[in-house]
Amino acid sequence: MTFLFYIAAAVAVVATVLVITRSNLVHALLYLVVSLFAVAVVFYTLGAPFVAALEVIVYAGAIMMLFVFAVMLLNVSADSPLRVPRRAWIGPLLLIAVLFAELVYGIGLSNHALPAREVGPKQVSEALFGPYVLGVELASMLLLAALIGARHVASQPESPGREDVPGSGEQTGGQAGVDAGGQAGVGGEA
Amino acid sequence: MAAVSLNHGLMLAVTLFVIGFVGLLTRRNLIVVLACIEIMLNAAGLAFVVAGARWGRADGQVMFLFVLAMAAAEVAVGLALAIRFRQSLGRLDVDDADGMKG
Repeated sequence: MTFLFYIAAAVAVVATVLVITRSNLVHALLYLVVSLFAVAVVFYTLGAPFVAALEVIVYAGAIMMLFVFAVMLLNVSADSPLRVPRRAWIGPLLLIAVLFAELVYGIGLSNHALPAREVGPKQVSEALFGPYVLGVELASMLLLAALIGARHVASQPESPGREDVPGSGEQTGGQAGVDAGGQAGVGGEA
Repeated sequence: MAAVSLNHGLMLAVTLFVIGFVGLLTRRNLIVVLACIEIMLNAAGLAFVVAGARWGRADGQVMFLFVLAMAAAEVAVGLALAIRFRQSLGRLDVDDADGMKG
């Protein structure tokens, strides 16, 4: 299993470097999915199969689907290409290299082998609904707040007086059309 | 299940975190910035799981679940903000959002 860890780690690092260097947004997001899959394999080799499954389902499934939907909704390909000037990389890379060297030095001081023991879903569930049950409740409240917040932020702004403004008629009409379409889509799903 | 050493697992977490941080500092597209934050949160969760595997306890995995829930909440609000950003400014370049002269 050890070699699987190192192969998956190499894949994760390479895919993540490609995420931050691609100029095509969709390619970057697909490389991020590859990186998340590789981290899921890393979790499996570390003896954590439950979070490996959750990494695939929640991160690569749900969160990346949100990203891809946002890209489709926003029609990002109409933007200018996402190239970063080469000299914009220099400063951050130098500073981060120092930080990275310090962290690797600090971590390299200790050397413990990980015990070859698998922590399965049963133990995780017992911990989750035993001592950590308050955290689970707080996480549910956080998710509810994020749901309401995202709905509020992303919804079209209420503008009662906008019809009076000359020249904004088409815009309002277009937005109303989008709204009606969205509601029809939701109704159709329900 | 593995004879991976603790510091190799933590070094992988640090490497992923640092890559995400470089991306956060250099890229100017709002969606890529959010993706870099996801990379960093994922690396933090990886560090939790590695530390949990060191002691053979489930606590690291529980913490990863909390990080996961927080990442999901963050990306939902972040992408909603990206939609509003695009509607009000026309592009997704974070440098355009200089209305507060920061």
